[in-house]
Amino acid sequence: MLRFCALAVLLAATTPAMAKDITVEAGPNAQERLQSALLDAKPGDTVRIGVGRFELTDGLSLDVNGVTVRGAGALRTVLSFKGQLGAGEGLLVTSDDVVLRDFAVEDSKGDGIKSKGANRIVYKNVRVEWTGGPKASNGAYGVYPVESEDVLIDGVTVKGASDAGIYVGQSNRIIVRNSTAMYNVAGIEIENSGLAEVTNNLATHNTGGILVFDLPALPRRGKGWVTVSGNRVLDNDTPNFAPPGNTVATVPTGTGVLVMAENDVDVRDNELSGNGTANIMVVAYRQPFEDKGYDPYPRNIRLAGNKHGRAGFAPAMPGGKELAAALGGTLPPVFWDGTGGDQVRLTGNDGPVLTLGLALGAGIETAKPQLIKLADEIPPPWQTFKLPAAMEAAAR
Amino acid sequence: MKALLGAAALFAAALLGRPTGVNDAAITAEGWPAHLSDYGFFTDLKARTPAQRLMAYDLETPLFSDYAGKERYIYLPDGTRAKYDPDKPLDLPVGAALIKTFGYPVNGVFKPLETRVLLHRAGGWVPIPYVWNAEGTDADLKRAGTRVPVRFTDPSGETHSISYAVPNQNQCKDCHGLAGQVTPIGIKARYLNHGGQLEKLLAAGMLDRLPADAPKVARWDDTAAPIDARARAWLEINCAHCHNPEGAASNSGLFLDLARTDPEQRGLFKRPTAAGRGAGTRDFDIVPGDPQASILLYRMESTDPGIAMPELGRATVHKEGVALVRAWIESMPKTPEKR
Repeated sequence: MLRFCALAVLLAATTPAMAKDITVEAGPNAQERLQSALLDAKPGDTVRIGVGRFELTDGLSLDVNGVTVRGAGALRTVLSFKGQLGAGEGLLVTSDDVVLRDFAVEDSKGDGIKSKGANRIVYKNVRVEWTGGPKASNGAYGVYPVESEDVLIDGVTVKGASDAGIYVGQSNRIIVRNSTAMYNVAGIEIENSGLAEVTNNLATHNTGGILVFDLPALPRRGKGWVTVSGNRVLDNDTPNFAPPGNTVATVPTGTGVLVMAENDVDVRDNELSGNGTANIMVVAYRQPFEDKGYDPYPRNIRLAGNKHGRAGFAPAMPGGKELAAALGGTLPPVFWDGTGGDQVRLTGNDGPVLTLGLALGAGIETAKPQLIKLADEIPPPWQTFKLPAAMEAAAR
Repeated sequence: MKALLGAAALFAAALLGRPTGVNDAAITAEGWPAHLSDYGFFTDLKARTPAQRLMAYDLETPLFSDYAGKERYIYLPDGTRAKYDPDKPLDLPVGAALIKTFGYPVNGVFKPLETRVLLHRAGGWVPIPYVWNAEGTDADLKRAGTRVPVRFTDPSGETHSISYAVPNQNQCKDCHGLAGQVTPIGIKARYLNHGGQLEKLLAAGMLDRLPADAPKVARWDDTAAPIDARARAWLEINCAHCHNPEGAASNSGLFLDLARTDPEQRGLFKRPTAAGRGAGTRDFDIVPGDPQASILLYRMESTDPGIAMPELGRATVHKEGVALVRAWIESMPKTPEKR
């Protein structure tokens, strides 16, 4: 008996006490019922969302640690924000150790799902979509973790975001894998972040497929160490539909992978094709900035083992057409603005590479186009990371 | 044992009739009292007559909430005092409460719509929204928030029919969250320091001290005050609870607190971070001398949830606030070489 009691105590200590399921079915008053479930959940609980369409009028939010929100499938459980009247996103998560899986968010007025300061968050088999196709009036980001440590995005689909489909900003230790981004301005974007793996995704029919940015005047600067590998980056041909004020509004239509001002980026073993401007672009940050200590150059960028299909046949950056004409009609698959020169340390075995030899801030009319072959140096030891095992387990 | 005695004393007070009328246990105990009446904040709830130790207050420059009128009270338990701070909110003891009733005049009489309470419990501040019943006799717990159709006339005489949003508990935290802790916003000395309010608190023994040099914000609609002070007070109270380095908009890098000095952090020639379509066709948060090119104004003038700022609690445009911020941006010297 004593032994049994000890066992019970042990169990109570290791599993959340009385973890329970809170089930919410589709039907009238979905807003209040679903939001109440998200408020009532305790750490360890699962909020189960049933099959069907949930018509919502306001943003939903979760602020309890350790809660799983689980639908019946990304096609079967649909949270529709078509009638949304308030809040800047469909679902907002501000707590740690949250798992979001198997449901869809449609037509939110602002962002789809935002998680801020939400450490160890898992997005699994989630779909975020603006159902009217690519439009400037669609919300900005589909899946939007920001200021978070440990982020796993696995099997997610985002369509129609007027900024980035999958956007991870100002965060560290990030995996984006097995996901699909299509008909967004930017398919997948890693911004001002550190230690990220973007792997085995499909980025297609966006304006730009996969973006790795480090921008000035943000509270957190990117630490770099970003791997972009094993992705299919195909036919990113949707005309840029971002509202003009945005950074991504400057991304040329037909960009495959774009590295801007970030350090330590490894782009390897991807399949890239049908990107009319370039399969891979490496550029400096070209706008004026006042952020002291900000480094506008990309540094230590490795491009290797990528399979390059057709590219550079419709270059959409300023002066691109003239450049292509001068080079016999199309541009090579890899483009580097050349800004920063040798200190950029662009290496690998991809190529040929078109470089423009532009000085920082100089216009395209000053370009000195040149085809170069990259030096295939042995890369310095790469910083690697692992996400906590519980996150991987939650994504199974 | 001490805790047990305390609980027993509270229980006894509840049985014997509470001296202040306020049910202190409802404030400090875990959970969500079902009705506003459970707290005893008002001796006559229908008339909203405050109980003892509830002190009415208002803010020199308040948050705009769809032209709703607001009745605010601070409650301090017997024998406790607020601690003065020149910058941060007054430091209130556990057991204190802030009670804020929102409503609109109907036939010239204020009709309450919702009451939000902010309770200082041992684990921190807890926000709870209550929505008034049709008879105006009590307000009921509404943790998940709700929407109420409202018709009202604004100060310019324009009539509005809106879907008024009562926030859910998490949305309360969106604005009141500071470095992950729920925190009062309005009860800062500089917002209370007018009309003898702080002096009254001091005289009632509800404030520990009041220095002669206590700060004071400009009243946003006081045309005799400098426009810079008025506009920045308006922006602080309407925006800075999120737009500060520890608030919900920390990642934006746009910080609108009054103490901020860095021009770019304050929005001058600052490019948007994650504004999405909230930026419209504009490049910078504030372009000095050019309000029509400033994202700040674009978002203040919109009621589209994907564009409008603040994100919560605004279904109408604060025309007078927009006019103020517009005039303020216009008053800034143009620096065309920056563009």
